Amino acid sequence: MIVLAAKRLVAMLLIMLVVSFILFSLFEADKMAVAGKVLGPYSSVEQRELWLSQNGYDAPFLTRYAAWMGKAVTGNFGDSLQYKVPVSELLVDRLQNTGILTLVFFIILIPVSLTLGVLAGMKEGSFQDRAISVVSVLTTSIPEFATATFLTGLFVYTWHLLPGTSSMTNGFSWKELILPVMVLVIYDFGYVTRMTRASMAEVMTSQYIRTAILKGLPYKRVIMRHALRNALIAPFTVIVLQLNWLLSGLVVVEVFFAYKGFGTLLLDAALFGDIYVIEACVMVAVFIAVFSQFISDIGYTLLNPRIRFS
Amino acid sequence: MTTQVKLETNEIPQRESGFKRFFKALILMRESPIGMVGLVLILFWVVMAVIAPLLPLYDPNAIMLPFQKIGAAAPDGGTFWLGTDHKGRDILSRIIWGAQKVLVWATFATLVAYIVGMLMGVVAGYLGGWADEAVSFIANVFLSFPFIILCIIIVATLGASGWTIVVAVTFASAPQIMRIVRGLVLDLKTRDYIFAAQTRGESPWYIMLVELLPNARGPLIVDACLRLGYTVVAIATLGFLGLGLPPPDPDWGLMIKEAVPLGAFAGHSMYLPAAALASLILGFNLLADGLREVSLRD
Repeated sequence: MIVLAAKRLVAMLLIMLVVSFILFSLFEADKMAVAGKVLGPYSSVEQRELWLSQNGYDAPFLTRYAAWMGKAVTGNFGDSLQYKVPVSELLVDRLQNTGILTLVFFIILIPVSLTLGVLAGMKEGSFQDRAISVVSVLTTSIPEFATATFLTGLFVYTWHLLPGTSSMTNGFSWKELILPVMVLVIYDFGYVTRMTRASMAEVMTSQYIRTAILKGLPYKRVIMRHALRNALIAPFTVIVLQLNWLLSGLVVVEVFFAYKGFGTLLLDAALFGDIYVIEACVMVAVFIAVFSQFISDIGYTLLNPRIRFS
Repeated sequence: MTTQVKLETNEIPQRESGFKRFFKALILMRESPIGMVGLVLILFWVVMAVIAPLLPLYDPNAIMLPFQKIGAAAPDGGTFWLGTDHKGRDILSRIIWGAQKVLVWATFATLVAYIVGMLMGVVAGYLGGWADEAVSFIANVFLSFPFIILCIIIVATLGASGWTIVVAVTFASAPQIMRIVRGLVLDLKTRDYIFAAQTRGESPWYIMLVELLPNARGPLIVDACLRLGYTVVAIATLGFLGLGLPPPDPDWGLMIKEAVPLGAFAGHSMYLPAAALASLILGFNLLADGLREVSLRD
């Protein structure tokens, strides 16, 4: 178990290292382009060369990469070209906002999708199973920004219930959080529901559930005490792995509702050519993705005794 | 007691032509109503995309009267069947031409991603050893990027164009295809016909490309269908984020982006492209579900 965790950890660090190298060579291999980005398109060649030598860009590529890596590990990614503040400050602020959105999303997603999945998987082929399955296929098939368009149309333009943007310019507001969370939940719940359903349906056909029913236990007790425990192992992995998918969805939803989070920061940086912010954002995104993979692997092993003891 | 089976030499079972088998597969789909709905949705958009030049449509980039409602009369005596957008361009025409564009680029990008992914997968699965380690590691590196974020960096670095989208989709999708193909090949390579080919002295490339890949096609067709859907979403999403195919040519994602802020008094110009996109993606997902259902049944 510890050996497995250590192996995974090493693989994770290796991937982060390779990703950082790709990023660095993609954005900073061409020194003149970096200087052009920092000093603006109208800077002269002399100005750029002066800036490069002042900022230690004369060192060989690998030395620069090592220096950049050393700073990046401590959270120092330099200054944003667009906002003229340290990237780390910007990042912490935006990550907090995205964190709130994600937290509320999970608080709603988990009970909804698990309940629906268990209800559908309890009686395979029943009406409730079919209805839940159809709805989850439909909602998952519609891309986030199409769902967001329909919901905005209804809740903002037709019924005038909710604000159409969530920029939170007048401080935090729950009302502005509703639509983004709703879009994310509608898009994502189908997948978790289907996974839970499959897992639940498989458990319900197993011998020990049949035994429990045959020995006369109340149906409720069979479901709650016997079936759920084993049926929820697979969805756990799926929910943690959602983080990787969620990051893609978050970018779209944040941009749609102008929510000042991580996703809008990344897109603005990409459109502006704010290379230091792009580097930092991508490193954070990849770290979250890889780390959630790690957690899901370890969690799956811990939850499933058949794997833990073999 | 022995029975003798009389073999008629002229009754060797013949492999049917590709067209006939394709037709049979379509008939099989009839057994899955969900798959049929998906197929109809996709065929509708494909037909629209193909006959777009023949339809009596306005030029999708021609600027006429802005903010016309559905079915409004056009100044030249025609009709804006689906109204016009904020710049006065005919929405029906933009949706149909947009369908053509998104379908062509999505198909092309998926095809390229498949070629790269299949080659990676078959090499990793068949050769094993360090080739497997190396290819799998590269795949893992790219899989650790969230899909859209990888697309954003690539498009932001290379600049927005159709070709950049192909590159982005290939980088994001090929590792996933590689994993599927690798798994299939690991199973297939223990079959007798592979040993037979090895004994015949065929080269590894012959075995990989002629013996292994064609036999791995079943599950790949379902995946290709889903992936085509993802690619359409990716292209539309990039368009929506402002990183898609350059304007003014119609792009569903960009149409939605431009229409949403004006939704209060021109709702149709944001609902219609969103509905078009949703129906096409739904088509791909339903068809994939149907294909899976039919293939599991046999």
